[in-house]
Amino acid sequence: MNEIVILSGKGGTGKTSLSAAFATIRNNCIVADCDVDGADLHLILQPENYINEKFITGHKAVIDFNTCTNCKLCVDYCRFEAISVQNEQEFISETSCDGCKLCSRICPSKSIQMVPSDKSIWYIGNYRKGLMVHARLFPGEENSGKLVNVVRENARKISNETGWKTIIIDGPPGTGCAVISSITGANTAIIVTEPTHSGFHDMKRILDLTSNFKVRSCVVINKFDLNESISDKIEGWCVENSIPVIGKIAFDEQIVAAMINCQSIIEWRPESEASKEIISIYKIIFND
Amino acid sequence: MTDRSNIKIAVASGKGGTGKTLVSTNLFWAVQNAGIPVSLVDCDAEAPNAALFFSGNFFVSFPVTQNVPVIDSTSCVFCGKCSEYCNYNAIVLLPANHFIQVVEDLCHDCGACIIACKYGAITEKVKRIGSVQSIQPNNLTEIIEARADVGVFSPVPVIKKAIKEVSNKYLAIFDSPPGISCPFIATVYHADFVILVTEPTPFGLHDLKLSAETLQHLNKQFGVIVNRAGLGNVDVYDWLRINKIPMLMEIPFDREIARIYSEGLLLVEEKPAYQIRFIELLKTIGELLQR
Repeated sequence: MNEIVILSGKGGTGKTSLSAAFATIRNNCIVADCDVDGADLHLILQPENYINEKFITGHKAVIDFNTCTNCKLCVDYCRFEAISVQNEQEFISETSCDGCKLCSRICPSKSIQMVPSDKSIWYIGNYRKGLMVHARLFPGEENSGKLVNVVRENARKISNETGWKTIIIDGPPGTGCAVISSITGANTAIIVTEPTHSGFHDMKRILDLTSNFKVRSCVVINKFDLNESISDKIEGWCVENSIPVIGKIAFDEQIVAAMINCQSIIEWRPESEASKEIISIYKIIFND
Repeated sequence: MTDRSNIKIAVASGKGGTGKTLVSTNLFWAVQNAGIPVSLVDCDAEAPNAALFFSGNFFVSFPVTQNVPVIDSTSCVFCGKCSEYCNYNAIVLLPANHFIQVVEDLCHDCGACIIACKYGAITEKVKRIGSVQSIQPNNLTEIIEARADVGVFSPVPVIKKAIKEVSNKYLAIFDSPPGISCPFIATVYHADFVILVTEPTPFGLHDLKLSAETLQHLNKQFGVIVNRAGLGNVDVYDWLRINKIPMLMEIPFDREIARIYSEGLLLVEEKPAYQIRFIELLKTIGELLQR
């Protein structure tokens, strides 16, 4: 199995556009959109979902005011400051509740129930070059990596079932739990950066993270021509730190045009410089 | 709200890289250029970049910690109650082998295991998860940066600590993390107004709709800035009009703006017209809040 995860630290550097391009180069590809908190890849790949399942992200505490004795014990025990007293009555803030269940356990009148948060959904669908696993995290839910795990595990499962060896993982921004879940088990991490101070800074943070995993890391500088001197600095830093820079993609408005037409740049403008560079990156990664 | 000198404005977007930091750093600096005291809080704790745009006296830095349980295996009877109480699977127990271990990365610091243990075998220690730093570029301003340590499961406690550092007396701008999950909620929760920054592309619009839905659910007042206008298509404008969402400002796609941002410079300094535009933005927000 060849599992490639595309990451960046900073958002908006081009992870999804690159993932979409990779996903449309060859047939029999499996794609996992692990950016469940900002999933966009389905807008280009337009999968026809044949599986959609609810996912329980956690639980929220709810008070039954018919039996609540107003003892306020729960207020003292909650470490998330989720329970306050309003108009002489305990009130649980849904957005602050972490779902730890402690209030429900200690309530003397057993008036607190844990209600599952089951509004997040994951999907498997067919798209024009293969299969896609993706998800929609319900707004306000904890992006704890658990839903990312489900997406990634299902991608592996269908890889085993179909015998298709290539899994492309579109990762989330940041360096937290969801990113860790996306990297776990991948062979290669492609870090997409851009020639800005922010892009450079966040690239170092994500490389710091990937160095803790058994994954080979390499860098792609996207929109490199928007600031060639910073692009050169990034390249220089990568050379010093033995991180291969496997491609530099020039800014191309056609990447946005492709997106508007629900296509990847490879499909929309196969002869463009950007497409040629992406195919060259693809060949380096997949030795093909 | 009659006095808008201490409003809290969050700058957010569902999609990453649409220009949150561009807007928050420039609004911040435009406000201080106008002689108004202001704080900038970088709540994007997994990718904190706002401070890269400023230099100033390093003011104060303190670590953010959480509690994690420590189990004394000599007084533990391996009853399993703590493991049962832990809703995050952070306590691994093999009673037959007299083995018990805390997986610190999974612990959410809820305190349930301590309540569960009837044998006094569980105490707590502190574990570092990040830091909050303050930088003072000058007497009118401060930048408070939430910085989660790399690999920490949730940046939320670090974000909450940073926001607590803000004085109630002054205007404050919160640079939010991307997305619509709990780090975003923790940031906008304390804001009076939210600026959603988007770009006129299908990805930008798709994620804008999710952010707007979330803010409506939270009853937060918000408006939209379209960045990189000129790229993409007009769908976002149609959507804003149909849904009667205020469009606060447009920033064109311009290689010169991209270059200024990439070098860590400020639009309001390099292109003085933006000083006026960002102050107008603040006025617009003040008027919307008074409605």
